Amino acid sequence: MTQVVKAQRHPRDRLLRSERLPHIWCPGCGIGIVMAAYADAIEASGIPPEKHVCISGIGCTGRVSGYMHLDSFHTTHGRAIAFATGLSLVRPDLEVTVISGDGDICTIGGNHLIHAARRNVDINVIMVNNFNYGMTGGQHGGTTPLGAKTYTSPYGNFENPFNIPYLVAAAGASFVARWTTLHVRQLINAIKRMMSVEGFAFIEVISPCPPTFGEFNNFPEALDMMEYFRKHSVVDHNADLSKIDIRLQGEPLVVGNFVDRRRPSYQELIQETIRRASGRGEGI
Amino acid sequence: MRYEVRITGLGGQGAITAGHILGRAAAIYDGKEAVVTEGYSPYITGGWSRADVIISDETIDYPLITKLDVLATMYDEGFVQNLRHVKRGGVIVTVKELVKHDSQDHKVLPVPAIEVAESLGRKIVANIVILGAIVAVLGTPSLESVEKALADRFPKAADLNRKAVRQGYSIASELLASIGVSGRR
Amino acid sequence: MSSGLPRPGVHFMMGNFACVEAAILAGCRFFAGYPITPSSEIFERACVRFPQVGGIAVEMEDEMASVAALIGASYAGAKAMTATSGPGFSLMMENIGLAFIMEAPIVIVNVQRAGPSTGIPTLIGQGDVMQARWGSHGDLETVVYAPSSVQEFFDLTIRAFNTAERLRTPVIVLADQLVGLMWEKVVIPPAEEIEIVERKVMDPRLLSTRLPFDYSADVNPMPIVGTGCRVNIDSLTHDERGYPTTSQEVSDRMLRYLLGKIRNHARELWMYKEFMTDDAEVVVVAYGSTARSALNAVKQARSRGIKAGLLQLITIWPFPSDVIERLSQRVNVLVVPEINFGQLVHPVREHAKCPVIEVNWAPGSLIEPNVIVDAVEVAAA
Repeated sequence: MTQVVKAQRHPRDRLLRSERLPHIWCPGCGIGIVMAAYADAIEASGIPPEKHVCISGIGCTGRVSGYMHLDSFHTTHGRAIAFATGLSLVRPDLEVTVISGDGDICTIGGNHLIHAARRNVDINVIMVNNFNYGMTGGQHGGTTPLGAKTYTSPYGNFENPFNIPYLVAAAGASFVARWTTLHVRQLINAIKRMMSVEGFAFIEVISPCPPTFGEFNNFPEALDMMEYFRKHSVVDHNADLSKIDIRLQGEPLVVGNFVDRRRPSYQELIQETIRRASGRGEGI
Repeated sequence: MRYEVRITGLGGQGAITAGHILGRAAAIYDGKEAVVTEGYSPYITGGWSRADVIISDETIDYPLITKLDVLATMYDEGFVQNLRHVKRGGVIVTVKELVKHDSQDHKVLPVPAIEVAESLGRKIVANIVILGAIVAVLGTPSLESVEKALADRFPKAADLNRKAVRQGYSIASELLASIGVSGRR
Repeated sequence: MSSGLPRPGVHFMMGNFACVEAAILAGCRFFAGYPITPSSEIFERACVRFPQVGGIAVEMEDEMASVAALIGASYAGAKAMTATSGPGFSLMMENIGLAFIMEAPIVIVNVQRAGPSTGIPTLIGQGDVMQARWGSHGDLETVVYAPSSVQEFFDLTIRAFNTAERLRTPVIVLADQLVGLMWEKVVIPPAEEIEIVERKVMDPRLLSTRLPFDYSADVNPMPIVGTGCRVNIDSLTHDERGYPTTSQEVSDRMLRYLLGKIRNHARELWMYKEFMTDDAEVVVVAYGSTARSALNAVKQARSRGIKAGLLQLITIWPFPSDVIERLSQRVNVLVVPEINFGQLVHPVREHAKCPVIEVNWAPGSLIEPNVIVDAVEVAAA
């Protein structure tokens, strides 16, 4: 006889504000997968939840912070990294993670992204890239592939997108990775790794967005883009980052942990400055 | 009593520094009220700069110059450029070696500041010689207070600065006496 | 080893420097800024002085980032500040709104220059008065202090931190180029004699029995990161749990609470000075550097037999409406000089029971006393 088992508790309940569920994301959206991976990485990190801080900007992915049962901040559009910088400078002992979308992190917030990477601020940034502005209904942004159709590129996008891992690595980040929502185990491991990296740790997670981006770009069903990931993903940790731009034309979708290097973090350099300066005040 | 002074020079002559010492001496060591504001030509280097100093026994309301009691100029053009701000009968202190202009409506005191500074071995203290001259003209703050302000701002050059400011003070006092003006008003 | 605190006593100091020393004494240990004339001396001195007292002073990529970083630092438990001028102030509007809705105590110093746009960077203006109050979108209240001397710049910077901490809200010190760059006497009291207000911090244990937000409260205690509060702090309109909502009813409750923090405390926030107003028939209402010209003008008018007085507004927002109402009932005319083309004169007019004359002066120099004297003479006639 078949027995129906009803789970009363989700294993990640202690990290989620379960009373807020169901979430606002559309069927087939990949953000939930990323949020679950973040929760799994927190569990695996060995760092207690009260030492984790989750900060988001605005947009669909920006809602992650509000579902995480942590010290969480839902900030202004594009400014999450700057917010996280200030917070983390005062409390370098906390594990600060920014989770937000591609429009938020690299378009309106692009300047904050490159400068945080340049300074090697010791925070983690998880950027969910679904190639468009989803929450506002599907407009093109800094990651939308050339030719892709959105409500603001109705004849096909005439802008070239950023190759984000290449950009962030060039700017100076300690850790740079890219995975898709299909690569859940690798994603969890990469996020867990970010939490032990000293310095700016960045991951781009390629995600489906069936109702807004997918609908107009031949990925109308939830599984269409996952199937694309399965077919075209190539794991190459040593990839030439200059050649991993995403066109969604059937070219290899290169994923991996591309950069993992030790560089002095912003926090370390600032603490060193304070050590050198403290007590020097002549009492003016 | 409210005194208004402008010290002007070209970049590097130390006009601003002299103004700060004057204000600092009055405010900290003489118990007076003082305001110093700075002005610069639009050129990043090499242009003119100036310090306007207001000294008063009472709270200073309007903090900018209205009519100068003393103009001190360390370059020739500064004389002409600022003449209209000097009150009738006011005093113009000049660096004798660099300023050739004169005025019939004012008391002009050409102080050989460069000669004095060079005799002390450091040409850069010409501004301090001029400062001493200004103090002689104003009669405030006291020379002692100016020496203290100099010593606390430039402790390593206290001796040199004291000599420079005293020489400027005595030269100006003699010049004032020669034109029949008592220095301490 | 020196404590790094400023030495108590009489100093002769630039306004922008005095602001930094005051911030240090107020307990500020985080500065994030972006260089801009004529406020850069604040940033530069903070970069020298903050590390000496164990604090952090950093340069951000722009002013939006600066204020975002302040709010983050504030939630990490630090007292935080920035300094800017017009163009930077415009960029800060976004996150001043964030600080307001997130209830983050931060201090923003605006050393006003001549505008609009890039204007005249090196010269004085008072054109940001309305922006300080209304510049960020949506309903918000700001607390704005306007110093007229180096001593006031020092005192009001400390007060700005105290007000920010007490009300958990952003506070603006609206200085100007003259006050920022002039050197003047400033008396620094011994640290132990300075009243310092610290924010009320949320005890995480209480969160098992209460919600993080109580919209009937005066000011809620602040959940600081890393203490186990695990509260959601949101830029969206949020309910008593801190969760986003589209409920108009919650919007009403939240806004009344946020606005009420300032409106209910307006009377204790109002600071002003009166000069010769007892028998005055014409009173000049002025703030910031203009108050210095106005005082000079009032004395000149008195010497010409006009019963003139000065009301110097130190708190300009929340607007000291009662002060204007009370005064305007016993004088004939109010004269409002500003280094702009009419800003604070509007609330003065709204609350005055007597005629109000505005005196406008283009940004670029301090308004001259004789212009105010002329207006006072017209008013008295």
